[in-house]
Amino acid sequence: MPTLTNRAKPVDRRPMTMMEKMYLPAIAKGMGITLKHFFTKKVTVQYPEEKRPFSPVFRGLHILNRDEEGRENCTACGLCAVACPAEAITMEAAERKEGEEHLYREEKYAAKYEINMLRCIFCGLCEEACPKDAIYLSETFAPSNYKRETFIYGKSDLLIPDPKKEPELYQQALGSRAKREGKKG
Amino acid sequence: MSEEKKLFKVTIDNITVDVEPGTSILNAARMIGGEVAPPAMCYYSKLKNSGGKCRTCLVEVAAGSTADPRPMPKLVASCRTNVMDGMIVKNITSDRVLDARAGVTEFLLLNHPLDCPICDQAGECHLQDLSYEHGKEGTRFEYQKRTFKKHDLGEYIQLHMTRCILCYRCVFVADQLTEKRVHGVLDRGDHSEIATYIEKALHNDFIGNVIDVCPVGALTDRTFRFKNRVWFTKPVDAHRNCPKCSGEAQLWMRGDEVFRVTARKDEWGEVKDASDGRPGWICNDCRFEKKDIKDWIIEGPTKVNRHSVISQGHYVGVKPQKDLLPEVMGGRGPKLLLDIHKVSEVNRPEIELSKIDGPAHSDDFKNLNK
Repeated sequence: MPTLTNRAKPVDRRPMTMMEKMYLPAIAKGMGITLKHFFTKKVTVQYPEEKRPFSPVFRGLHILNRDEEGRENCTACGLCAVACPAEAITMEAAERKEGEEHLYREEKYAAKYEINMLRCIFCGLCEEACPKDAIYLSETFAPSNYKRETFIYGKSDLLIPDPKKEPELYQQALGSRAKREGKKG
Repeated sequence: MSEEKKLFKVTIDNITVDVEPGTSILNAARMIGGEVAPPAMCYYSKLKNSGGKCRTCLVEVAAGSTADPRPMPKLVASCRTNVMDGMIVKNITSDRVLDARAGVTEFLLLNHPLDCPICDQAGECHLQDLSYEHGKEGTRFEYQKRTFKKHDLGEYIQLHMTRCILCYRCVFVADQLTEKRVHGVLDRGDHSEIATYIEKALHNDFIGNVIDVCPVGALTDRTFRFKNRVWFTKPVDAHRNCPKCSGEAQLWMRGDEVFRVTARKDEWGEVKDASDGRPGWICNDCRFEKKDIKDWIIEGPTKVNRHSVISQGHYVGVKPQKDLLPEVMGGRGPKLLLDIHKVSEVNRPEIELSKIDGPAHSDDFKNLNK
């Protein structure tokens, strides 16, 4: 049978030599290998204390963006929902009333916006589809939970903190990529 | 039998058809169909005297006729030019036409606000299609777009004058379908606008058809305003006994909710004739008042072009696999770990968006516990 790779090795079936039968040298050799690994670089990370840096293209939990005046960018155009291959996004739109101009940037806004994180595959197509700069995938993981109910994210979970009222939380939510985005806009 | 009419032979993009004398180039091209038919923003075959305004249907006439085979010096508007025997027309095979069409599209988009994410017409907008197919990527316009003060056109029709491309179709509808026209185009040039002449509301049984003929989102249905995106609703053919109109309409549904009622459209986006041969215009009663599934007799899903965004997520012709789970489980159903309706804020059964008169507002969502 032809081999798939040229790395296959035939099994050595010769009878053991005297040295091999003694068993102890092999033990010493094995311990030596173990000892050697004490001094090599560790591949694991002590997670809660130590965190890996995020890649610049990391796709984590979504945030709904606001503009610099704290108004919501989303106009419920439905392009994220139509782009979503997992059909995780749903929304209901409403018309902005007089006196709500400080809350929503355009005359139409998403009254309800929901992402089912159980369905979401974090592909980032919603971010690509958005014409209003409104949805971004952030640098946060979805927190684990015993209950499925907690994975239905509504607007209160997704909206970025108001840059005017809570500037620190806003900067934190922007994450390390804020500088890059600032340059772009 | 009267003597047979002589048919004109006309060649459009190397395809020859025989058409009756008096046919326009555009209609001859539509007989061939497909991409050979030039796009039209203002011409509407069901409205007399429409056409000749938008210039998107420009074609090149390479030979005028057999008798006089000289080419026409300029590009001609195909909706207003009739065919001659032996005429040779170039549409998509002519670079001049494609270049001119890109220019016309750029002109049409000069003052168009491009607020497609908000606009209810997005997804079935002819200008959107035109700019995708014939437009250039960027614009060279660096000035302020024209804006207008909002006019109120009554409770049913929403006018967004900024989106208007002045095709005059709605004026022709008011002129030819209704007895009394109260709106028209005022002013000239950049200032010209559709207006109801001193804010007169449009009271007429067939005025709702201006929504169907509008190629852009300038005239939209207020009862559907912001309720849903076109591509999330499912078009269904339905009819009802209407004393005023043919009663044959298209419902745009989501579940059992009727979100919007429009007339049925043909492949050119124009209102189809009813099955008994009458024009397919529908009355305001059918369009705005009958938003209950009980009012209608459903015929079946409308055939939507596969390439249209409206057909997304409509899994037509898919046979669902047999659910073996109840058999395997000995008749027991699967244990549901999550009932999405208990958690989800959207699609609440207590809020029937389709029953709200105008667009939904923040108050409509307020009496929710979550």
